[in-house]
Amino acid sequence: MMTRVLQYIGQVVAYGGFIIFVGYLSAAPAYVHLQPGQAQIKLSFSHAGKPVSECRERSDEELARLAPNMRVRKVCPRERSGVAVVLEVDDKLLYSDILQPSGLKKDGTSTTYRKFTVKAGKYKIKIKLKDDFRKSTTIKDVSKLNAGDFNYTYSRKVYLGAGKIMVIDFNKEADGFVFSF
Amino acid sequence: MLERTQRSGRRLFEWVEAGFNRIGGHRWNPFYQLGALSFFFFWIITVSGLYLYIFFRTGTTAAYESVEYLTIDQWYLGGVMRSLHRYASDAFVVTIVLHILREFFIGRYRYFRWFSWVTGVPLLWLTFAAGIGGYWLVWDSLAQYIAITTAEWLDWLPFLTDPIARNFLNQASMSDRFFSLLSFLHIAIPLFLLLGMWIHIQRMTLPRSNPTRILAVGTISALLVLSFILPATSQEPANLDNLVFTVNLDWFYLNFYPLLDKWSAGSIWALVFGVTLLLVVMPWLPPHKPEPVAVVDLENCNGCGRCFDDCPFGAVDMFPRTDNLPFSHEAVVDSALCASCGICVGSCPTATPFRRATALVPGIDMPQLKIADIRDKTVQAAEKLTGHDRVIVYGCRNGTDINRLQGSGVAVISLPCISALPPSFIDFVIARGHAEGVFLTGCQQGDCYYRLGIDWTEQRIAGLRDPALRKKVPRERVATCWSGPVGFARQKAELVSFRAQLLEMGPNRRNGAIINKTDTPDSKGG
Ligand code: HEM
Ligand code: SF4
Ligand code: SF4
Repeated sequence: MMTRVLQYIGQVVAYGGFIIFVGYLSAAPAYVHLQPGQAQIKLSFSHAGKPVSECRERSDEELARLAPNMRVRKVCPRERSGVAVVLEVDDKLLYSDILQPSGLKKDGTSTTYRKFTVKAGKYKIKIKLKDDFRKSTTIKDVSKLNAGDFNYTYSRKVYLGAGKIMVIDFNKEADGFVFSF
Repeated sequence: MLERTQRSGRRLFEWVEAGFNRIGGHRWNPFYQLGALSFFFFWIITVSGLYLYIFFRTGTTAAYESVEYLTIDQWYLGGVMRSLHRYASDAFVVTIVLHILREFFIGRYRYFRWFSWVTGVPLLWLTFAAGIGGYWLVWDSLAQYIAITTAEWLDWLPFLTDPIARNFLNQASMSDRFFSLLSFLHIAIPLFLLLGMWIHIQRMTLPRSNPTRILAVGTISALLVLSFILPATSQEPANLDNLVFTVNLDWFYLNFYPLLDKWSAGSIWALVFGVTLLLVVMPWLPPHKPEPVAVVDLENCNGCGRCFDDCPFGAVDMFPRTDNLPFSHEAVVDSALCASCGICVGSCPTATPFRRATALVPGIDMPQLKIADIRDKTVQAAEKLTGHDRVIVYGCRNGTDINRLQGSGVAVISLPCISALPPSFIDFVIARGHAEGVFLTGCQQGDCYYRLGIDWTEQRIAGLRDPALRKKVPRERVATCWSGPVGFARQKAELVSFRAQLLEMGPNRRNGAIINKTDTPDSKGG
């Protein structure tokens, strides 16, 4: 009788231990992902650079060599320019890169997604972009570019509140960089 | 090194399991049914998930609101279902992890078991994918953290040109379509998991995929209690315009997420793929000491199919006869599936020590311990015994070291599995007066190393399964003790009391005559 009772107690303890273990670890201990007082800048866009060269007209001989249904005079290159981007915060370089176009024929968009965690506060943001490289100028290093080389430049002062995310996107239709908070 | 780890791990499990046996017996012991418990949790998750699915709405605000409705307005049913869904999922991870550790420590993953082991690995991936997806669906701040962290992690892989993380830049970039995709995945992945679980147990005869009723009832009750006292809740609604600072992680599923803040996405992928690869190749890592497998001797096989019925691993197949003997079938062993347990030998009607006309070669035999060797060992060991309480102990090598039981009145014979002993040997020992009693011992009840050995042995002795122990054999002279590897004290005590019982019974009489080895036993009986 006594052992029976002890056995039941043992089973209750076993089940109890199990549900405490499962119940506790299913939502605790809390994980501190970011410190209070932090904010984030996210730079992300997907943008197709300009074609690497101008369109040109085919000569008559060239046209004659093509199949009749392919005889179009104007040819435009499919390959696109890479996109150089430079992000400076308070005049300090935060990020720079030359984003290569996607696709085997390099005819797709250049894409980036970067996340920077910063302290909340006032910042001067400067961002530059160049999307009209020619095939001949395959620059790998952004720092070799001059300020005048960029065909889009934007700078503004922002205030980033704690816990806020500022997204910098690029949109050709909107004629350049778009900041959203 | 590996073997030492396994030995210590096994000790630890055995020690804990012995404790559980003491409080609830082997039929209740969850450690003996970790795979079955995982199945059970899967069914709880399925049923509760179907209920939640009825009310779940896809959409950036609808998702959170529908889950809140279940949790708060419908706490008595929807909330309980939600809690069961979460806690059964967590328990699922617990039992799977224990299941892997246990199979690993016991060494049940090599040779023919590679199939069960390797088919288990994708189940881990699917389980984690389903669990992470589940937390994502709630679309609270935890989901937001998971969405961004997972997307950034996936984006490291060179598959997609447009980063997934761009979907979660801010509130404006979220689309409801993404929720539809997620909720579709949250159903598709568990379906694949179920398919995988089914494949996982294909190579086993009578796999234990349901826990015993007492454990099932206790477990679901415990989960219900937990669901009422600590209902699963959501965190703040997600808002992609704001940062998430602190999250209450589910450490069963999201345990490696904090690492994603510390290490690069690439190194976490390397870790995950590395562990997966290690698991996959483990069955083939040294030390490699495969044992000889069962061998059929066609001349002695009558095609009865008992070995086919009893093999726990489906390693025996019955094929049409290839020789001229007048039987329709013959047994064929698939060496890739054979566990070398010898259970088939124990089931073969031709494996009887009474055979005298021809040499003792049964239809199926183990090269490392032939049935003729077992008979010789039995006879030789019996000759040395003295007293009126002589016992022959047959033990399986996965139990305790039975040599420690040996003495002037006790002879021991070790077998790969207790069920490798044809019941006719018990008859032989008692009828021929080789000893007053037979003591069979092996694994812990409910936890046979070869899964079905204890069940078959008991059914054969009870006369419920062929080859049955002859009715005439006095059952009080046969004792079984399923004490497992840590049960030496119990084994010893039971042997002592069995011998005392034998002494009390006096010598074995049949047809009025005392059977004793001095009666030149081999001329009698049969
Ligand atoms: C969803 C997760 C899983 C479920 C539901 C599950 C279920 C099962 C079941 C029901 C059995 C049969 C037990 C028996 O009848 O004795 C079994 C055996 C086995 N499982 Fe799993 N399992 C899972 C995951 C895994 C994983 C991840 C591994 C290893 C990587 C694994 C390795 C094994 C092995 C090696 C056996 C064979 C044991 C033997 O042959 O004696 N399982 N599993
Ligand atoms: S030794 Fe075991 S696994 Fe091999 S065929 Fe016989 S019963 Fe099956
Ligand atoms: S049990 Fe023996 S006789 Fe029967 S099929 Fe198997 S090997 Fe042949």
